[in-house]
Amino acid sequence: MKDSNSRKQGAASPCAACKLLRRRCAEDCVFAPYFPAEEPHKFASVHKVFGASNVNKMLQDLPEHQREDAVSSLVYEANARVRDPVYGCVGAISSLQQQIDALQTQLALAQAEAVHMRMRHYSSSAECASPSTRGRRSHNHHPKSSESFWH
Amino acid sequence: MASSSSYNPPCAACKFLRRKCIPGCVFSPYFPPEEPQKFANVHKIFGASNVAKLLNELLPHQRDDAVNSLAYEAEARVRDPVYGCIGAITFLQRQVDRLQKELDAANADLIRFACNDVPLQAAQPRPPQEAAGVRNVGFGGGGGGRLYQTGGVQISYDVPWNDIYNSHGGGMDGNN
Repeated sequence: MKDSNSRKQGAASPCAACKLLRRRCAEDCVFAPYFPAEEPHKFASVHKVFGASNVNKMLQDLPEHQREDAVSSLVYEANARVRDPVYGCVGAISSLQQQIDALQTQLALAQAEAVHMRMRHYSSSAECASPSTRGRRSHNHHPKSSESFWH
Repeated sequence: MASSSSYNPPCAACKFLRRKCIPGCVFSPYFPPEEPQKFANVHKIFGASNVAKLLNELLPHQRDDAVNSLAYEAEARVRDPVYGCIGAITFLQRQVDRLQKELDAANADLIRFACNDVPLQAAQPRPPQEAAGVRNVGFGGGGGGRLYQTGGVQISYDVPWNDIYNSHGGGMDGNN
């Protein structure tokens, strides 16, 4: 029964890794849970960049519950390297760092402007609110021309 | 005098691989003998033949940058075997999102003050009103985008393990 079951599983399509490597997909194949047959491109890029034996070693060195995340990150890195053979995903890091610098600069400017406007707002509302001691209207804020208001 | 010819020590790659470092060795310009760890990491993660293939497919002026980025990725992967340098990308992406939100809030404040300046020029100051258009004004396009165009570099990617990353609390320093 076990034999027929394993044969059934063997008859099921080999994983994408074993298909690419043209080998029999064993029951305990380390790649099979993460490289299904219907996603051949996933293993292709990982194999091209890292090599099957390196990926095998990396996965074997990890506990099972961490392997899925590891495969996802390896696939991401491999795809980035295929798209950009010079910088790979380091290009994304560099780009993000540039964005952070630009955003920090813009934020500092916007915050400085907000402080400036807040100060203007409060000083002008203070001028509007303070009563004139001579009973004159004071909505003209030019001190040099204040003489005309005082007679 | 043949013996006076300069002796070139083997590059870090050939030293590691225990082979003769021939003139024209593809690794020697980029893996000097005084940086053995650089090649050790790259060899462990990518493998010597993959690196040689990659370098041979590039133009000579591109190889230095390629080796440096491979070395960076390899070191990150050695330190964090699960996420490698994707941990750094996730961390930086979060910073970008946070800064974008702060910038949007600061810009919204500016609009509020700008709108309130108009009634202040009239006789009586009115209490500050919420500008109706604030939420509709798009500053920076929000933080949801995953497509960046910076200096001609267009990068589009999904980070499907964000939730997993949050729950594991991984970080740039590659704590396992």
